[in-house]
Amino acid sequence: MTTDWDVTALLEGMARDLRPLIDPEQTAMIGIFTGGVWLARTLHAALGLQQPLGQVDISFYRDDFSQIGLHPQVRASDIPFDVEGRDLILIDDVLYTGRTVRAAMNEIFDYGRPARIRLAVLVDRGGHELPVTADVAALRLNATAGEHIKLRGPDPLRLELEQRGPQP
Amino acid sequence: MSATLRFGEGNLQYDAQGRLRHLLSIEGLRERELLQILDTAESFLSIANRSVKKTPTLRGRTIVNLFFENSTRTRSTFELAAKRLSADVLNIAVGTSSASKGESLMDTVDNLVAMQVDGFVIRHPEAGAAHLVVRHLGDSVLVVNAGDGQHAHPTQALLDVFTIRRLAGPIEDRVVAIVGDVLHSRVARSQIHALSILGCPEIRVIGPSTLVPEALSALGVHVYHDLRAGLRGVDVICALRLQRERMVSHRLPSLDEFHGRFGLTPERLRWADPGALVLHPGPMNRGVEIASEVADGAQAVILQQVAHGLAVRMAVLAILAGAAGGE
Repeated sequence: MTTDWDVTALLEGMARDLRPLIDPEQTAMIGIFTGGVWLARTLHAALGLQQPLGQVDISFYRDDFSQIGLHPQVRASDIPFDVEGRDLILIDDVLYTGRTVRAAMNEIFDYGRPARIRLAVLVDRGGHELPVTADVAALRLNATAGEHIKLRGPDPLRLELEQRGPQP
Repeated sequence: MSATLRFGEGNLQYDAQGRLRHLLSIEGLRERELLQILDTAESFLSIANRSVKKTPTLRGRTIVNLFFENSTRTRSTFELAAKRLSADVLNIAVGTSSASKGESLMDTVDNLVAMQVDGFVIRHPEAGAAHLVVRHLGDSVLVVNAGDGQHAHPTQALLDVFTIRRLAGPIEDRVVAIVGDVLHSRVARSQIHALSILGCPEIRVIGPSTLVPEALSALGVHVYHDLRAGLRGVDVICALRLQRERMVSHRLPSLDEFHGRFGLTPERLRWADPGALVLHPGPMNRGVEIASEVADGAQAVILQQVAHGLAVRMAVLAILAGAAGGE
C-alpha cells in the first residue's frame, strides 16, 4: 500500500465532493475531536458555510467506557447552532469500526433532531463493525487489523500508517 | 488540628494499576488527577445548556447516596450528577434506614453490595468512615467521601478551586483567604490541600485564635486574627459556615461577637482587592459569617459554586467509574 498521501489534495477532493451536497446558508458542519475538527476547520472555510462550526468530543458516549474508562483529556463539545431540523455534515478523519460515528450521532441527538446527517471522512479504511458508511471519503482502503491509520496535526496535517502487532 | 489525619497505610484512593478508584480526600491526590477532574468538569458544564441534559456514560450502573448527616445541596447535586450520567440512584438517609435500628455501617454497606450496586457516596459524622468502607470492600465498588466528620469534604474543595480557576483566573497567582472556623472545618482542610497542590502562592486563614490557632501554619498557610490585615491584597475570599455547636464548646462568646469582628460586610469587603470573589459552601448563616448584602452582591459567586458542584461531581463519578474492572 502506498503511504505517500497528500492530505491537502485529499481535502480538496473532500470539498469538491461535498459542494453539491450542501446549501452554504443552511447546512452546518460538525467535526469530531481531534482529527475531524482539524479537517472541518479547513472544509468549513473552503465551502463558505454560514453556520458556525460545531465540534464534539464523544468521550462520554463511547460504548467501550466499561473497558477503557474515561479518556484522560476530554474537550468540551460545542454546537453553536440549533440542531433541530438542520442539515448536518459530520466530519471525521478515519472511518474504521463505525463506533465513533455512532457515539457522535447519539451525542448530536441530545442537542436536537436534525433533518439529515451526512458523513464525510478523509479515509474509509474498511473493517466496519456497524452499518455505517461515509457519504464522502477522499480515500477508500482495505487496511488489515494490524494496520493503523492516523491523522497527525494540526500543522501540517499528515496521514500515517503504522504497523502494530495483533491485539493481545 | 494535626496537619495530616491518616486511616491506615498506603493511598487507598488508587487501585493496583494506579488509577483513581475512590475519592476520599484531596490529601494524597496527585496533581494530574486533580487537573483531570477539573478539566473533565469543564466539559460537563456545557451539558446543562442542552435540550437533553444527560450523557449515557454510566448507563446501567447504580450509585447509592448513603447519608448519615443532613445535607440538601451535596446530596441533591450528587443525585443529579449521577442521573445526568444515566446512572440509577438510590438515596438512603439515616433517619429512615435500618442504621437507626442499630445496624452498623458495614452491615448497611454489605446489604447494598449484595444488591449489585456500583458505587457509594458517603457522608458520615465520623472522620474516616468512607476510608473504612474502602478497607472493607476493596476496589470492587467506587466510594466518594461526601464529608466525614471534621476530616475532609473533597468534592466541595474541588468545586471551590474549579470556581476560582474559572472566575478568578490561574490559581498559581491568586491570593486566597479562608475566613471563619477553620479549626473544625472539613471544607477548609480540603480547600487548603487543593489550593496547595495547584500551586496557590499564598493561602491565608483568618479568624479568632480559638478557631484559627497558630498551629495551622504547619499546613503552609498564613494565620491572621485581624480581618482587615488578612484581607489586604486578597483575590478570593472563602467564607466558612459557623457551626452553632462551637458556642456550646465555649470557643466563641456569641454569634454577634463573631459577626462584629469577622463577619463579611460590604465595608469590609473593600479591604480586599477590588473585585475579589466571595465563596461560601452553604448553607449560609446570613448576618453571622456573611451579611446579606455581600451574599447577594456582585462579588458573590455562591450560586455559580452550586452549578459548578454538579459538573465537578459528574466528572468525579465518571472518572472513578471508568477505573472499574480491577484487572
